[in-house]
Amino acid sequence: MVNYFSALFSILRKDLAVEWRSRQLLTAMLVFSVLIILIFNFALELDARLRAEVSAGVLWATFAFAGTLGLNRSMAIEKEHSSLDGLLLAPVDRSAIYFGKTTANTVFILVVELFTLPIYAVLYNVNLFTPGFLIVIILGSWAYSAIGTLLAAMAAQARNRELLLPVLLFPVLIPVLVAAVRASTGILDGLEMVYIWPSLNIIIAYGLIMPVLGYMFFDLIVKD
Amino acid sequence: MISVSGLSKRYGYRLVLRDLDLRVGRGEIVALLGPNGAGKSTLLRILATLSHPTFGQVEIAGLSLPIHAASARGLLGYLGHQPLLYEDLTAEQNLHFFARLYLIPRARKRVDELLDLVGLESRRTEQARAFSRGMQQRLGIARAILHKPKILLLDEPHSGLDKSGAEMMDKLLRETAKKGNTILFATHDQHRALALAKRIEVLAGGSLVSLGRKLSVAQLSAQYDRAQRANG
Repeated sequence: MVNYFSALFSILRKDLAVEWRSRQLLTAMLVFSVLIILIFNFALELDARLRAEVSAGVLWATFAFAGTLGLNRSMAIEKEHSSLDGLLLAPVDRSAIYFGKTTANTVFILVVELFTLPIYAVLYNVNLFTPGFLIVIILGSWAYSAIGTLLAAMAAQARNRELLLPVLLFPVLIPVLVAAVRASTGILDGLEMVYIWPSLNIIIAYGLIMPVLGYMFFDLIVKD
Repeated sequence: MISVSGLSKRYGYRLVLRDLDLRVGRGEIVALLGPNGAGKSTLLRILATLSHPTFGQVEIAGLSLPIHAASARGLLGYLGHQPLLYEDLTAEQNLHFFARLYLIPRARKRVDELLDLVGLESRRTEQARAFSRGMQQRLGIARAILHKPKILLLDEPHSGLDKSGAEMMDKLLRETAKKGNTILFATHDQHRALALAKRIEVLAGGSLVSLGRKLSVAQLSAQYDRAQRANG
C-alpha cells in the first residue's frame, strides 16, 4: 500500500516538475481559456441579468475545452518517447499511474480555474467566490479529470489521438457538464440546497465511478 | 532465471514469434541476433511485461507472467529502443523519479554513483532534451540498472554510444553477469555478441536457433545466414 501511494505521488510530482520545466500545458490551457471567455464576452452581447444567467454554462464550456488540451498533452508526454513504458515497468499496480495522472490533471485544471475565475468575475460582473460554487468547481474538476484521464489513455493508443480524445470524451462528459452547470447556476442564483443536491449527486457519482473503472481497467487500456 | 516455453505472438494475421522455447540461467549473458523485424524487440518486451504473449508460458525468476508481473517487474531492468526518459527533466530528476517509483533506499547516493558510472556527472542538471542520442542512451542505461535488477533485458544497448560509451557498456555487462545477474541483449553486432555472450540465439522467421559461443566471426556469420534461410 505504501508502495502504491508512493508511486501515485511520484507520478504527480513528476508531472508537476515536467510542467514547471516546460510550461507548455498550463500556458496553452490558460491562453485558450481566456480567449474563449473573451470570445463569449463579445459574441454574446447580453445585458447584466442574462450574463449572470449564462455564467455557469460559459465557464464550464471553457473549462471543458481547455481541459481537453491539457488531457491530450498529459498523455502525449508519456507517449512521445515511450516514457509510459518506463512507468509500466515499475513494480507497482498500474492503476497507481492512472490515479497519479488524474490527480495531476485535476491540479492543472484547478490552476487554470484559479486564474480564469477572477477574469471572468470582472468581465461578467459576477461574484464567483462563494464556498458552494468553489466546491462544485473542485468536484466537477475531479470528475472531469477522472473521466478524461481514462479516455486520454485510451486515445493515446491510437495514431490520431488528438482528434480521437474529444470525440470519445464529450459524449461521456455531457451528464457531468450538465450537472455542473445546473449546480453552479443554482448556487449563483442562491437556490436552496434541495434543488442543487440532485446535480451534485451526479457529479459525485461520476467522481467515484470513473476512478473505480480506472482502477479496474487502466492496466488493460495501456497494455500492448 | 528466464524460462519461455511455447511462446507465440501474433499481431493481426502476422505471427511474429512462433512456438519459442528459451532458457537463460543465472549469471548468463545471452545475445539475441536476428534481422530487422525478426521479433527480437517483441520478445524482449514480452519478457519485460510490456507486452503479452498470444500463447505460451513465460517465467521470470520462477514468477509466472502475467499473474506475477508486478513482482517480476522489480527484478527486471529493461532498455528499449528509446531510453524511456522525460526530456523536460534533468538527468538527475529523471533518475530520482524512477528511484522513487522503485522505492530505492539512499537514492541520492545511488543516483550520484550511476551518473558517475555513465559519465554524466558533469551534465546532471541539464535537461535530457539537450542530450545527444548517445548521452540519452547512457542515461537510459542508468535508469535501467538503477534498482540493481537481477535480470537485464537490453535492446541494442550499444546503439548511439561512442567508443568510450560502448566500452563502459561492455564492462557493465560483464560485471553485472559476474555478480550472478542474467543478461539477454539484442544486437546486430556479431563481434560484440561473440565477445560478450556465453550463448548466441538467432531469431529468424519467428523461431530461435541456438548457436554455441566458440565460433569465429566468419562461422557465426555463416550459421546466422543458414538460420535465417532455414526459418524463412
